[in-house]
Amino acid sequence: MSPPSGPEKQYLDKLAAGRFEIQRCAACGRHVFYPRVLCPHCGGDRLDWVAPSGRGTVYSTTIVRRKPADGGDYNIVLVDLAEGVRLMSRVAGIAPEQVKIGMPVSACIADGMVEFVPA
Amino acid sequence: MRGSVAIAGVGLAGCGEAPGWTEIEIAAQAARNALADAGMTTRDVDGLAIASTNIFMSGLALAEHLGIRPKFTESSMVGGSSFLGHLIPATLALNAGLCDVVLVAYGSNQRTGVGRAQAGKIKAALDPQPFEQPYKPFNPPTAYALAASRHMHQYGTKREQLAEIAVAARQWAQMNPEAFARKPLSVEDVLKSRMVCDPLTVRDCCLVTDGGGAYVLVRAERAKHLPKKPAYLLGAGAAHWHRQISSMPDLTVTAATESGQRAFDMAGLGPEDVDVLELYDAFTINTLLFLEDLGFCNKGEGGAFVCGGRIAPGGKLPVNTNGGGLSCVHPGMYGIFLLIEAVRQLRGEAGARQVKDAQVALAHGNGGVLSSQITALLGTEATL
Repeated sequence: MSPPSGPEKQYLDKLAAGRFEIQRCAACGRHVFYPRVLCPHCGGDRLDWVAPSGRGTVYSTTIVRRKPADGGDYNIVLVDLAEGVRLMSRVAGIAPEQVKIGMPVSACIADGMVEFVPA
Repeated sequence: MRGSVAIAGVGLAGCGEAPGWTEIEIAAQAARNALADAGMTTRDVDGLAIASTNIFMSGLALAEHLGIRPKFTESSMVGGSSFLGHLIPATLALNAGLCDVVLVAYGSNQRTGVGRAQAGKIKAALDPQPFEQPYKPFNPPTAYALAASRHMHQYGTKREQLAEIAVAARQWAQMNPEAFARKPLSVEDVLKSRMVCDPLTVRDCCLVTDGGGAYVLVRAERAKHLPKKPAYLLGAGAAHWHRQISSMPDLTVTAATESGQRAFDMAGLGPEDVDVLELYDAFTINTLLFLEDLGFCNKGEGGAFVCGGRIAPGGKLPVNTNGGGLSCVHPGMYGIFLLIEAVRQLRGEAGARQVKDAQVALAHGNGGVLSSQITALLGTEATL
């Protein structure tokens, strides 16, 4: 077995080191997220790590309602990256109500997680 | 497969609240009721199907509890749609002569059972989802809210239109003495109730109840000689394209487009032939998406389609005639109740809520977060 760990651990290790990378299939050229062993588009088994541009668009959004005593409301989004992959995340820096579908956003790392801020 | 097997018995147990009962005990009660309905006992059963979110090796557990040594056991777990999914391998097993009587059962004490919070933590530890869990989705509502939000953006669907779905379900429930939630409900009530995940309020979300259900599947030839009018399986199709909501290709289009088409093709029928629909309404957005994806209206037009009481009692298209997961019963997984209500409608046993001259029923199950989609078409003898 080589490399020494699976793609999920590799991804999480990179993230812990402050790097957000996604996969790109060497065979079909499409980007892949979340990280996998085989390309979900063509079945190819060589998936290289690449740094995405970080540019994305909010595909959908919701606000999880929570009592103030439990920490209050928070936002959850699905973001489509310019590379054509989608991920769950949150938009920071603005009120949950102000997050809108179609909003351009850019990726950053906070608390060891990928999050987005308005672009 | 068409017409080769039939549901010969159905039964419910513990719907609403069943404090002090375990999941397998509720399933066993439902099994007894379904078997009695078919003129049988557990001694007649040689095939078994069950799914559970909690019971490890549930097929073994149910067989052991009932004292059955099955020749065929099916315990695939694809979420709430599992009990429609069981129809397919059970039909193949019956037709291949592997067994003669398949009992499909489910039980849950989700409402009154203890340890739910702890169980959630254990499941998250066993099956971490590191690409979603860090953002703390409150699932399942978060996933369905994301789908509703996208549908509203893309097609101009309104919260009032989603609320109409909850109101229609409640009106059906008011005609069903076995339904859990029967108080009057208006569109305004739905809109004003507590927001859970925008745009879904608590009244856009299904009930959390206890309950169990069971059905008995036999070859068509045998069904003819049993006490109740058989509900023949005319078509079935299963499809899934994702597990996690972040991997769903298009949040406005479910795999019901595929499962429904295959079920209709097998049955040689189309949406215009269906007299009554039972759609897995864990959330109001489900009903809307499935009406579109199963071909009852065009994509994007579901909001307008459900307005004006079209799917409510007295409307043109009877949908979720028992009151659905929104108002009748929803013990964790709802799939088996779709088939039970479909069978009762085809038999003419549905009392005040009976759809007149129902010959073809569609039951559509959903599992996960709009993930597993399984469609079944059932019909009376006249449809064979």
